[in-house]
Amino acid sequence: MKNKIILILTGLLFPFFGIAQEVTTSPDMADAFRRDGKIYVVITVLAIIFICLIGYLVSIDLKLRKLENKH
Amino acid sequence: MLKWWKISSVILILYSIVWGLLNNVPRLDILNETIRNVYYHVPIWFAMLFQMGLSVVYAIKQLAKNDLQSDLISNQAAQTGLFFALPGLLTGCMWAKFTWLTWWTFKDPKLNGVAIAVLIYLAYFILRSSIEDEQKKARIAAVYNIFAFVMMFVFIMILPRITDSLHPGNGGNAKFAQYDMDSNLRTVFYPAVIGWILLSLWIFDVKKRLAILTHKQNEE
Repeated sequence: MKNKIILILTGLLFPFFGIAQEVTTSPDMADAFRRDGKIYVVITVLAIIFICLIGYLVSIDLKLRKLENKH
Repeated sequence: MLKWWKISSVILILYSIVWGLLNNVPRLDILNETIRNVYYHVPIWFAMLFQMGLSVVYAIKQLAKNDLQSDLISNQAAQTGLFFALPGLLTGCMWAKFTWLTWWTFKDPKLNGVAIAVLIYLAYFILRSSIEDEQKKARIAAVYNIFAFVMMFVFIMILPRITDSLHPGNGGNAKFAQYDMDSNLRTVFYPAVIGWILLSLWIFDVKKRLAILTHKQNEE
């Protein structure tokens, strides 16, 4: 009885062995990094830097417009 | 307040930063996750080419109408273009390090072509700043600008395509479009190209207005 149950359980696991093999043969990607949600840190940092630089560009643009209006 | 295209440049680039890192990309050996650089490296080079194109258009306008302002604007566009060559080169070096395993290789005609094109444009600035007389400066700079643009086009777009190159779409290599520029890549790549071109236009716009303003002030 016990042996039969173990056999069935191992049989049930077979599809998963297949998946595990597939993952190791496909090219390495940062899957774990994404699963942990760390990718959002990278995106947020990049977005913050970009928005700050754009804010600076906007302020230069507006200052220049003031000067143009004076002339 | 701001023009619509300035706002859309920000939205498009932000989209390319966020969705460019989140969406699914083709799983490929060697490239791995670095394939996402196609969203940043390539659009920046397109922005550089666009600025150089803008510069040559104003150079032709200067020769046709002989107005000094076109020379001024042409110079600013070339400066903006050269500025964009810097992040283009640096992101390229980074990408090369992790896929071709070297920061720079003289075996790739596109890299050599870019190096020569940058030098040609540096010579443009030196030539332009070395002439005192304004009329002469404008005319010689415009003529040289046309030469520089043609040479850059030959070195970056034509020569790499007829010799062996490591770049996709050059030499005997398959284009990105042929094997892995799938619809997932396209949904970020095209908006990113438009976004970076618009951002380069914005920077050029600010530089142009500043140059015209200082020119006016000098005349007074």
